[in-house]
Amino acid sequence: MGPTSIEQAVELGKRLAARDRSAAPAALNLLEERGAASAEGADAMLREIAPANVGSEAPGVIVGITGPPGAGKSTLLSELIARWRARDKSVAVLAIDPSSKRSGGSLLGDRARMAVDSRDADVLVRSTATATRLGGLAPATREAAIALASAFDVVIVETVGVGQSETDIAELADTIVVIVQPASGDVLQFIKSGVMEIPDVLVVTKSDLGVVAKRAARDLEAAVKSLGSNTAVLQVSSLPPAVGVDELIDAVEEHFSALDLTKHRARARRLAALDSFTFEHGERGVRALGGRRAAEKLLAQQDEQLGHRELRQMLDRALANA
Amino acid sequence: MRTYSGHSNAKKSNELYRKNIEKGQTGLSIAFDLPTQTGYDPDHELSKGEVGKVGVSVAHKGDMQTLLDQIPLGGMNTSMTINATAMWLLSLYIATADETGVDQAELSGTTQNDILKEYLSRGTYSFPPGPSMRLIADTVSYTVNNVPKWNPINICSYHLQEAGATPVQEIAYSMSNAIAVLDAVKSRGQVSDEDFPKVFGRISFFVNAGIRFVEEHAKLRAMNKLWQELADRYGVEDEKLRRFRYGVQVNSLGLTEAQPENNIQRIVLEALAVTIGRDARARALQLPAWNEALGLPRAWDQQWALRIQQVLAFETDLLDYPDIFEGSIVMDGLVDELVDGAKAEMAIVAEHGGAVEAVSYMKAALVESHSKRVSNIESGDLTVVGQNKFTSTEESPLTADAEGGIMVVDPAVEQEIIDEVVKWRSTRDQTAVDAALADLAAAAADESTNLMPASIAAAKAGATTGEWSQTLRSVFGEYRGPTGIGDAAMGGDTEVLEKIRERVEDVSETLGRRLKILIGKPGLDGHSNGAEQIAVRARDCGMDVVYEGIRLTPSQIATSAVQEGVHVVGLSILSGSHRELIPSVIENLREAGVDVPVVCGGIIPDHDVQPLLDAGVARVYTPKDFELNRIMGDIVDLVANRANAAVPA
Repeated sequence: MGPTSIEQAVELGKRLAARDRSAAPAALNLLEERGAASAEGADAMLREIAPANVGSEAPGVIVGITGPPGAGKSTLLSELIARWRARDKSVAVLAIDPSSKRSGGSLLGDRARMAVDSRDADVLVRSTATATRLGGLAPATREAAIALASAFDVVIVETVGVGQSETDIAELADTIVVIVQPASGDVLQFIKSGVMEIPDVLVVTKSDLGVVAKRAARDLEAAVKSLGSNTAVLQVSSLPPAVGVDELIDAVEEHFSALDLTKHRARARRLAALDSFTFEHGERGVRALGGRRAAEKLLAQQDEQLGHRELRQMLDRALANA
Repeated sequence: MRTYSGHSNAKKSNELYRKNIEKGQTGLSIAFDLPTQTGYDPDHELSKGEVGKVGVSVAHKGDMQTLLDQIPLGGMNTSMTINATAMWLLSLYIATADETGVDQAELSGTTQNDILKEYLSRGTYSFPPGPSMRLIADTVSYTVNNVPKWNPINICSYHLQEAGATPVQEIAYSMSNAIAVLDAVKSRGQVSDEDFPKVFGRISFFVNAGIRFVEEHAKLRAMNKLWQELADRYGVEDEKLRRFRYGVQVNSLGLTEAQPENNIQRIVLEALAVTIGRDARARALQLPAWNEALGLPRAWDQQWALRIQQVLAFETDLLDYPDIFEGSIVMDGLVDELVDGAKAEMAIVAEHGGAVEAVSYMKAALVESHSKRVSNIESGDLTVVGQNKFTSTEESPLTADAEGGIMVVDPAVEQEIIDEVVKWRSTRDQTAVDAALADLAAAAADESTNLMPASIAAAKAGATTGEWSQTLRSVFGEYRGPTGIGDAAMGGDTEVLEKIRERVEDVSETLGRRLKILIGKPGLDGHSNGAEQIAVRARDCGMDVVYEGIRLTPSQIATSAVQEGVHVVGLSILSGSHRELIPSVIENLREAGVDVPVVCGGIIPDHDVQPLLDAGVARVYTPKDFELNRIMGDIVDLVANRANAAVPA
């Protein structure tokens, strides 16, 4: 217990880069730590696994899964883990729940609802509260996801809610899956009103409900098409015998393999840097850089392999010189 | 009047039953151990420490035969406290009767068979809600058609109050439960329309009686009123079938470990609640022992409970009058208020799609009610004599004896039972068992088939309790119930809470990140109220709380502690298996390299505290420790001490 030393941090980074999955819990501890010394440790660890150091992006696919409470995410997650394991892929889950505004504490109950084999060293489930993530949800969760993607084949980032958190998820995930519960018009509304970016895969759960689920899927398909997108709309049922889960995995893997990963992750790193900068300095800070567009342009000129912390430091320097 | 019994193995329980029958008892009341209740064989990993503990272990037909040896089943009324695996135990009972020449039509008795309260309170469920409701509906249909004297279901509002239900919630959720059962039986169409009123008539209730005994009496009158409305809704005309039949056990939640002798007057008043007015008088009454909060009662403690009933029945003039509340404006008003409140709550459940679909909603509502109760006791707004008021006491001569007034189960029994089931599997006709289980799986996969015949066939073939359950799990899926904690509203912002929050912030600073705690229940005991309350309060104190729920193996807890990076682990056990399970969790944690404080709570007798501390537990909490904020303070201290020791200033 207690904060991680620099030496330990470097060691953790090396182990992750060598795909040693047992290093993951301590690495996640470090990324959640506060204080200047820990930040230095986190930097050191992240440098070890950075593309600039290892020569390529962290190989695991980062899948963002989000949807309203009660949509059946926990059950679907259990099923996804089992199916991915059957394909011999190691799987890590980052389950993110909101913190209480009044107490700062949180109740992280996902673990209680997931059926996972605890003796399987190739599965990791980590519950995290939003407030643990300093500097905004996306940048901090992104680092955790990247650390995990160095050692695991699949990293699932699960968040609750419809609307707000998707934009965060969009920054950190390679492939975004949005879960829709049949007979709830929420997602349709969000997509139409443009609050939500269109995800890479849309999933209607509880297909065992029959007509209701089919109708929801049809409506979503129509809505997505009318917005000029060809996002896949899938139906799943996590009730045994589970239906559609393998198809969902296929859709995720297909989307991921079609990505230009370096480009995609570089964009995510730049967005994350700008976000954490905005979180700290506010809109005034962004204006001092000449506005958001100018800041984005500045970031785009940097080396694609630079990590978000380095990009962020670059922005800080730019602010100091402005 | 009978006593709830059955423990260790089938042979010892059989001896006890026969002794009681010789004394004139005409009914059997069978309590099963947790592995039997949840569908695991005695040698399953999860059964460790629980075999033969809270009841008898029945793993196969041989056990049932031994349990009922030389007992005339035709003339016996047998009550089985069994739920998730009720269909299986009834199948074993029918198979045993059949093989001793007693036709199933002759059998009479009750299977509790109420799954809803397992999700909401007791936690001994095996399958997801939908398939569980099918098992219940199949049992009801089968018995109405073939075992006409059997009561296939006993709907328990009792456990809802134990989980914190208000009277309105207790009424509303149990009535909604009955509606779900009736609708499920109806929609499966296995009982003819003509016989459907019999289904209604076969449903009975198991109700709780709390210390606010006037309101509790009104509650029973309100339930009766609603039941009559339901009889109309389902077209039941026969007066006998319309009757609201219920048994009562008085409140256990309100019994205290502090000054336990006060529990006697609580029990008497609660017994009065369900007997005082004839129009809502209980048909069967069970009273707990005064020292239940301390552990398993002895024969003498149970005798005392029985004597309370006898004094009420034979010395008082309670039974001499017609209904004494007839025409009472106050009582009628109270009843109307409860009926209206219950109807509003039932409408919400119906909006969710019925009781099965509303499990998460109801669970969260109960956790919230219970939180309020706990906070009110802590703040003193709710008086509990001897616990938060009038707490100074003379030394009790009743609890002063060295053994602590508790009976313990012989730990060697578990190994004997395990050896026995292993032997059973090696000596039976395996081909017949495989075929019977394959038939069961096929029947389960076909939604329209009644599962009773295949279950009885499997029982006769020699399948085990674990095999029956596993076959159904492989078709229906594993299920982890809702915890209800996510939506629980925060307790009041008291000054104490603020102080703890500040300390949590300070310790988090030292730790480098927010204080994170893992809370879980090892073993098969599903009573999660305590763990849930601790989880909610820990969040309110500013901790990050990983709530892992019930039914965990020691290795699962260790894995979670590692993966989640927690600073402290909190365990809860109420089944009496703490001596076996807690040290095993600690061993697993150490092996996994987790060196954090472990605290545990539950019904733990005084003389077990030191052995647990010796095994490495940092703090042990019992029902005496009702001040959650004090427990929170302890936890923060423990973590702070460990952190300061690790980081030299």
